[in-house]
Amino acid sequence: MQHDRSEDVEEFTIGTSEEAVKKAKDIYRKHFKIGDEDEESIRALKKTERMILNFGPQHPATHGTLRMLFELEGETIVKLDPRPGYLHTGFEKLAEHHTFNQFIAVTDRMNYLSPLSNNIGFALAAEKLLGLELPERCQYIRVIQAELTRISDHLVSIGTHALDMGAFTVFLYVFRQREFIYDLFEVSTGSRLTTSYTRVGGLLRDFPDGHVEQIRNWCKQFKETCTDQVEGLLNHNKIFQNRIQGIGKISAANAISYGMTGPSLRACGVPYDLRKDEPYLLYDRLDFDVAIGNEGDAFERYLVRMEELKQSLRLVEQCLDQMQPGPIKVDDNTVAIPDKNHVYGSIEGLIHHFKLIMDHHGITMPKGEIYSATESPNGELGWYIVSNGEGTPYKVHVRAPSFVHFGMMPVLCQGQMIGDAVATLGSLNVIAGECDR
Amino acid sequence: MVDKNLTAEKLKSQFGEAVLRTEEFRKELTVFVKREKMLDVLSFLRDDPEMLFDMFIDVTAVDYLKMEKNPRFQVVYHLRSLKHNQRIRVKVPVSESDLKIPSIHTLWKGAAWCEREVYEMYGIIFEDHPDLRRLLIPETFTHFPLRKDYPLRGKGEREIILPEGS
Repeated sequence: MQHDRSEDVEEFTIGTSEEAVKKAKDIYRKHFKIGDEDEESIRALKKTERMILNFGPQHPATHGTLRMLFELEGETIVKLDPRPGYLHTGFEKLAEHHTFNQFIAVTDRMNYLSPLSNNIGFALAAEKLLGLELPERCQYIRVIQAELTRISDHLVSIGTHALDMGAFTVFLYVFRQREFIYDLFEVSTGSRLTTSYTRVGGLLRDFPDGHVEQIRNWCKQFKETCTDQVEGLLNHNKIFQNRIQGIGKISAANAISYGMTGPSLRACGVPYDLRKDEPYLLYDRLDFDVAIGNEGDAFERYLVRMEELKQSLRLVEQCLDQMQPGPIKVDDNTVAIPDKNHVYGSIEGLIHHFKLIMDHHGITMPKGEIYSATESPNGELGWYIVSNGEGTPYKVHVRAPSFVHFGMMPVLCQGQMIGDAVATLGSLNVIAGECDR
Repeated sequence: MVDKNLTAEKLKSQFGEAVLRTEEFRKELTVFVKREKMLDVLSFLRDDPEMLFDMFIDVTAVDYLKMEKNPRFQVVYHLRSLKHNQRIRVKVPVSESDLKIPSIHTLWKGAAWCEREVYEMYGIIFEDHPDLRRLLIPETFTHFPLRKDYPLRGKGEREIILPEGS
């Protein structure tokens, strides 16, 4: 039984003039008549007014507090205006009023999915300014922590992205594994999220006894998660594939011009990985492959992240095998914070501690400016530091990958549906804390 | 791989006085460029086969108020060449009385987004910019918070924006 809806039309039309009502009724009749393929009426129906739709800042699919304004024609995005800033905390201003070691605690809060990457990135920048050479064990531990962080960041990124696309099971499996990694961080750094593990010229503390074994045991069971629980559920999943293949696509030349980095750029087929191109720490000594894709869409980004998980696992295992006992900070009392028993037991230790910790002291840096970049899980995390030779930096600027990627949203989403904007955002893994700083 | 000294020499011979000076610190090359010739130098850096700085990394500015340099501001561009695996830093001095600089979004597409942040934090106006609005802080904000004469805790404008009881 077909209900004749043409009587209800009047309340849907905007104008009340007879002509407008008649026109609307005509369109309505034609549209609901089954089998009628009048192209003109369909075209007339499609001609709608543009709508402005607000997305965020509190929306589950933003994974944080990101906001975007869509200008829509039907469901198609005509214009997209990213509006960051809801987590703007003025980290760069704060940096100018803190010593280098104090600022490490602030870097935790930037990309809160991978705090150790930020810690290591900033410490390396300060050490580049000083021209320090780190002891080997310190470098090994930093590589292990950086790669474990990369694994946990990629897991969350893949899990939440899959969750947005309707694959709930993967989310549970990966968060279980992330929990194990956080347990490992708790053992080595003392806290799960805000690690503040690095110090300029070294680390907070060495690995406790038996920690190497703990990491090894975790690695053994993690391979199964990678292959069975995530890849098995997603790689050949037609629903997942059809949903995100060809979404958020960008060409390699365009991506480079926009400054895209990390897994997103590698998915376009550009083998740009700072661990290979500008080896820092011990990456030139370790054996690993750079994962690249060729399409540059959301699905390739997922595949690249998946491959990087395995490579990071390889790196961790190599480091565990090669690591030897040794000092974890530089042998320089003007830089490295002395041990507590040294501080309480000797006058020299107390003086060094005082000079490094008290206000208006800190490490005396040389005058100059440096830019130091590391491969963080999302891309190139760069630190531009200007020093005027005092204990606090004169200026710190963070080149955050999420910030650049969020600015690319209009290009990536042009002409796509609203739902695809969510898929694109999830595949880029834009972290609000890092984007807004 | 192209040597850093060669890059500096080539820029100097090509542009003469437009390249004010070059510096090298911790193996990083910094080139100081006059604002008037800036677009020429940057497009040369992008297109010349021996340079090919095709990747846009970052743009920021430094306020040298407390270091007593003249002019007060310097806009800093970081670029990277994927082919030659090189980085370069280009600095353009901008005086306080004439806070204008050409936008480079025609050379690197990513620049427009980052220039908005520099504008809101330092008040440097990018000419021919397609969309020069404030980015991270509200549009009602009237100060430039990363300038050195702006205090850490603000100038009290929070109280103006958010009156008591709101």
